[in-house]
Amino acid sequence: MQELEQILNQAVQQFAAVEQAAELEQVKARYLGKEGRLTELLKGLGKLSAEERPAAGARINQVKQAIESALQQRRDSLSQQQLQQKLAAEALDVTLPGRGMSTGGLHPVTRTLERIESLFHSLGFAVATGPEIETDFYNFTALNTPANHPARSMHDTFYIDAEHMLRTHTSPVQIHYMENNAPPLKIIAPGRVYRVDSDATHSPMFHQVEGLWVDEQVSFANLKGVVQDFLQRFFERDDLRVRFRPSFFPFTEPSAEMDMSWGDSWLEIGGCGMVHPNVLQHVRIDSEKYQGFAFGLGVERLAMLRYGVTDLRQFYEGDLRFLKQYN
Amino acid sequence: MKFSENWLRSWINPALDTEALGHQFTMAGLEVEALEPVAPAFNRVVVAEVLEVVKHPNADRLNVCQVNVGEAQPLTIVCGASNVAAGIKVPCARIGALLPGNFSIKQAKVRSVESFGMLCSAKELGLEGESEGLWLMPADAPVGADLRSYLELNDTLLTLKLTPNRSDCLSIAGLAREVAAITGDTLQSVQIEAATITLPDVLPVKVAAVEACPLYCGRIVRGVNAAVVTPVWMARRLERSGLRSINAVVDITNYVLLEQGQPLHAFDLAKLSGGVTVRYARNTEKLKLLNEQEIELQADMLVVADDHRALALAGIMGGADSGVETSTRDVFLEGAFFTPEAIAGKGRRFSLSTDSSHRFERGVDFAATRMALERATQLLLEICGGNAGPISEVRGKLPARPPILLRVSRAARILGVELGSAQISALMERLKFAFECQGPDFLVTPPSYRFDITLEVDLIEELVRLVGYDNIPALFPVAAMRMLPHSELQRPASRLRQLMVARDYQETVSYAFVDLQSERDLCGNTTPVALQNPIASQLAVMRSSLLGGLVSALGINLARKQSRVRLFEIGSCFAAGYEQQERLAGLCYGSQFAEQWGQAARYVDFYDLKADVEALFAPLSPSFVAATHPALHPGRSAKIMRNDQHVGWIGELHPQWVQQYDMPQAPVWFEIEMAALLQANVPCASELSKFPPVRRDMAVVVEENVTVQSLLAAMQADNAPYVAELALFDVYRGKGVENGKKSLAFRVLLQDTQKTLTDVEIDQTMLRLVAVLQQHGAQLRV
Repeated sequence: MQELEQILNQAVQQFAAVEQAAELEQVKARYLGKEGRLTELLKGLGKLSAEERPAAGARINQVKQAIESALQQRRDSLSQQQLQQKLAAEALDVTLPGRGMSTGGLHPVTRTLERIESLFHSLGFAVATGPEIETDFYNFTALNTPANHPARSMHDTFYIDAEHMLRTHTSPVQIHYMENNAPPLKIIAPGRVYRVDSDATHSPMFHQVEGLWVDEQVSFANLKGVVQDFLQRFFERDDLRVRFRPSFFPFTEPSAEMDMSWGDSWLEIGGCGMVHPNVLQHVRIDSEKYQGFAFGLGVERLAMLRYGVTDLRQFYEGDLRFLKQYN
Repeated sequence: MKFSENWLRSWINPALDTEALGHQFTMAGLEVEALEPVAPAFNRVVVAEVLEVVKHPNADRLNVCQVNVGEAQPLTIVCGASNVAAGIKVPCARIGALLPGNFSIKQAKVRSVESFGMLCSAKELGLEGESEGLWLMPADAPVGADLRSYLELNDTLLTLKLTPNRSDCLSIAGLAREVAAITGDTLQSVQIEAATITLPDVLPVKVAAVEACPLYCGRIVRGVNAAVVTPVWMARRLERSGLRSINAVVDITNYVLLEQGQPLHAFDLAKLSGGVTVRYARNTEKLKLLNEQEIELQADMLVVADDHRALALAGIMGGADSGVETSTRDVFLEGAFFTPEAIAGKGRRFSLSTDSSHRFERGVDFAATRMALERATQLLLEICGGNAGPISEVRGKLPARPPILLRVSRAARILGVELGSAQISALMERLKFAFECQGPDFLVTPPSYRFDITLEVDLIEELVRLVGYDNIPALFPVAAMRMLPHSELQRPASRLRQLMVARDYQETVSYAFVDLQSERDLCGNTTPVALQNPIASQLAVMRSSLLGGLVSALGINLARKQSRVRLFEIGSCFAAGYEQQERLAGLCYGSQFAEQWGQAARYVDFYDLKADVEALFAPLSPSFVAATHPALHPGRSAKIMRNDQHVGWIGELHPQWVQQYDMPQAPVWFEIEMAALLQANVPCASELSKFPPVRRDMAVVVEENVTVQSLLAAMQADNAPYVAELALFDVYRGKGVENGKKSLAFRVLLQDTQKTLTDVEIDQTMLRLVAVLQQHGAQLRV
């Protein structure tokens, strides 16, 4: 009996001493192998009497089970150890920078335009576009600015020939759109426009967003409401104030200049007004039934104020150091 | 319009300070562009007479002067100015005076001589940037008088940025009328009386173009002295409006122009032969203008002529040969109404814009023309003397001012707020617009001086202008809600932009105009759309490709020591015939990946950009056809095709341009029509196979010039059964492959939706594919 206890103790001690899985299997053989000590004892059962045999066999089996369980425990613990070692060896410096492609970014004017489009989209304004080389008709005449109208000199126009020019504003898109769509109409028209002017505050090419809403009851008070709402949302400032001043555009009446409070001063942000009945007549919209407003916003102006850009010319140079600031 | 505040206040003097008056103008639509005091602040400066000048005992350049400042005792003042002399009258700053620059005048010893003030130059008083010596006053300047009141320096120059519709405000009288409407103050107009006729002489007047000149008034004034000095008050007002004094007669006509807004002209009667005629010019007729410019007239230009020749470009500028000079004795004064249509645009053909044409183009009050002529006569007789003859007048059909119906309900609908009838009639009174009531509405007759009021909305604007735009509430619109259409067959441009950003491109925006040379070099475009009036020669033509802008942006970044540049742009390109097309272009230079620890550095190449192009089109797929482009390396460039349409280009910049643009390496560029990229398909589900796919690879050897695309296309066209995917996975050149050939390895995935494929079926398909390849000169590699 004592021998069995001893065998078990020895086995447990020897298992614990083993550090390699293969070695563990060799140690196992010493007890449970063909010639292992327990196997030997089991073989020796035959020499016992029939009365003694069952009890002795049961005791040996108990010890055998105990040894097997100790063996399994040790196996598990060794494999666990091995896994831990492997994991430790595989550890990375997680602070090394990620590999592969970096990302680029949008131009600040695009960023601004997308913001404008999404704000107006939330009010149900669709986006319309038009050509940048325009005819005299669309750029001026259809906008109630006939040949020799003094208002034409308000725009320094790039001419291509007697009939064609680079559009001086996005307002011609109003005409294109109204020619092809019946009211109610609700669009914005973002795009590039051109004027013969170049210094730190004027660029010969810049961006405007035209807005147009024609329906039966769209009023001047609504124009103020929409413009103010837009500017407050765009700049995320509810305390931003908007001021309208009477002005003149041949294609709106009444017309207004829009100013926005900025610090202690007022900044001009664009022009607007109620669509002139003559413009509606040009596109065969009944001006007694329908009315509406139009506005034009300077996109660079908004981008400069929003992002603190000070030199307009930087927008068009393509200097990566400038562009990456808006990513 | 620039004018003196004091002059305006002599007509109407509201209880508003300068700033407040300016604000009222701005908020009424007459934007104040500048508000500048005539003189900076200074005080205790008087007109002084230098009585005696003695050399300073201790300083060569200084003088000790005795100066009369209108007091019993002259002052001793040390003066260093070189033009000081006994008898001159100059400004003198008294002890205690504060001059611009916070310079205070104290009693002081100058090299041991006590000095009791300072004789001043215009610069020291802040009136000029530079000045030579003391500021000399006229001999009749009153000694002891405060300089500010003597020179009327307590005045402000206002510059208004008048919109083209407000020609009625291009005069002091008009502005005063506007102020009266804004503030309700009373107007103090100058009294104009018809001149006493003391001369029977009449110059025959004929108007041959009465539709262009429906009113012509003229009169002879004989015996004037054009050599008299223009009165100081008049010269000052002219000067403060930006006009310099010429001679008394011309100054008077200019003064009436500013005061009444009526351009007048004075002819030297002695230089006219016969009567005057207003007629259209004869083609090629010549005229030398007052500014000495010789012009060749055109048949649609209106002239004032005598019996032999054109005398003046009507309403724009007089002629040099008939103008008034100081020696002129007899004049013919003209006041006329030329229609805006007759004048507009004519001066511009000679780059002429005058005070006269500026007003006639916009509209001059035809009802005040005769009165303005009387005003000029009155001033002429007063200042230059002489005798006036009767006015000859030719009158045609003047512009009509038909009454306009102003509906209270319409005003409410346009404005979004109601203005009551009582309020409207009060506003019309303030505007001095004649009206009758028609039920709740108004029948309004606009005044002759308002050329901008022809429709009901014009009246509504007048109302709201006076009410104040600030007093109209900002109201959120109430409208029927409908969703916007949203097509799935079009992708928004923003999706493409996001894709480019995700692939490490930085967006740029270039000018749409470029230089002719780069259009020629890079685009082979010899007939670009050219601007008639470019701002600079390097911005003279419209781009036909985005490449030029990207190359120049690359240049800017290379100059700033960037070694890796990846740019994209979306913009319009222009071709002859005014064709314009929106395109997307990308340009990459330098390493494909930013320098980093885990990735070997390598230059970006054709295939990197090709992957970007494919990603832009995905899930649709473009094809690539080798082709040459003036900007590109001939062996590394391709047309991008979609549905057999040429929709773009891709390639590496030609070594010639790489060298010329001084680039250390070649950039790679692509450009695609946006229309092709924006197309999308609505996805359509297909059955998924439950059976396992089988992969078979095959390698073939082909001549170098055989393109992979041609082989793939041929295999796809064969429509062999069960082929689910067909792709190239390796290209090999070198050992085992003959020189001038390449080995291509294709992966084929085979699958059926109904069954597991048998070896026989698989082998049959593979044999078909191999046969297709063999037809294209490929040999199976074993």
